[in-house]
Amino acid sequence: MRTVEQTLEEILNLAAEHFRVPRGQLSPDDDFFKALRLDSLQALELLTRLEQHFGVELPDYEFQGVTDFRTLADRIQARL
Amino acid sequence: MREFRGQSLSWQLTDGVCELALHREPANEIGTALLAELEQFVAALDALQNDVRAVILYSRLRSGFSAGADLRELYRRMRGLTAEQRVAGVRQFLERIHAVLNRLDAAPATTIAAVHGVCFGGGLELALACDVMVADKMARFCFPELRLGILPGFGGIPRLKRDVGNAVVRDLLLTGRSINAQRAHAVGLVAQLAAEGQALAVARATAQQAAKFDSAARSRAKQFSKPIPYEELQREIAIFCELFARPAVEEGLRKFVESSAPLPYLP
Repeated sequence: MRTVEQTLEEILNLAAEHFRVPRGQLSPDDDFFKALRLDSLQALELLTRLEQHFGVELPDYEFQGVTDFRTLADRIQARL
Repeated sequence: MREFRGQSLSWQLTDGVCELALHREPANEIGTALLAELEQFVAALDALQNDVRAVILYSRLRSGFSAGADLRELYRRMRGLTAEQRVAGVRQFLERIHAVLNRLDAAPATTIAAVHGVCFGGGLELALACDVMVADKMARFCFPELRLGILPGFGGIPRLKRDVGNAVVRDLLLTGRSINAQRAHAVGLVAQLAAEGQALAVARATAQQAAKFDSAARSRAKQFSKPIPYEELQREIAIFCELFARPAVEEGLRKFVESSAPLPYLP
């Protein structure tokens, strides 16, 4: 079982890799829409890649209002 | 005519396989322009039915297969009209899109939707009229209509019920959540999964296989395995129009059209 810190680290690594942002530029409390420069389609892409990586379903309504990586990790952890 | 190049879609027939590409920016929203070209397409499909053995529907846009009905056009057109005029207008549009999707559903050729990216609302309803859905593993599927105070109006519920269990129908409909391609495959909505960027290639291989079969056997197999729920489709139009007459729908559409949220389809 992953810890929430491990989940957070994996999210940051995945986001950096897929959206081509240096990992060192991403922090847990960053607004990921701004840090990754996501439009609505890319937000869905991030959701799908997170689902594939963690092997869980992440209903998009649970992410309404979530903008920082740390809260995202909490939501994912609740599904693991 | 064996090919067509329109503003919203293009198609061509080659060796028994007709490929239809959707290309209306930004995300193949289905409004009056795309509907008119779909009407021309199904008329051509009828005229060419002895030559067409398989049909592939796909999108050339990065955004995906289709984001669904053109809600901005719908909102623009309904403003300033009385409730009766709004319902009459939307009913006419629904009757037209149902006629197109019923003809696509009943086409004797094997029809394949090659889906990538977003396949939401009316886009999913278009894909559901096809016989086989092939999905890129990054595709997502969704019926967000309840968020606007309406139901899917292009035949979505009757055709979804035809393909998957009712618990899945309720999950999609009553939560409005989007599901990924793996989940859609697991519940029976998607027939075949493709790697990223490979849905059209997989659909082409599937079309080549389907095109080998005897046309009479293929047509009868479709009729037997995929009955068209005409009564439920008509009932859907009636329910949609009942709901559409309410002021809450105009307010829901206004919020959607004016939203600058990163996920605007969320309520």
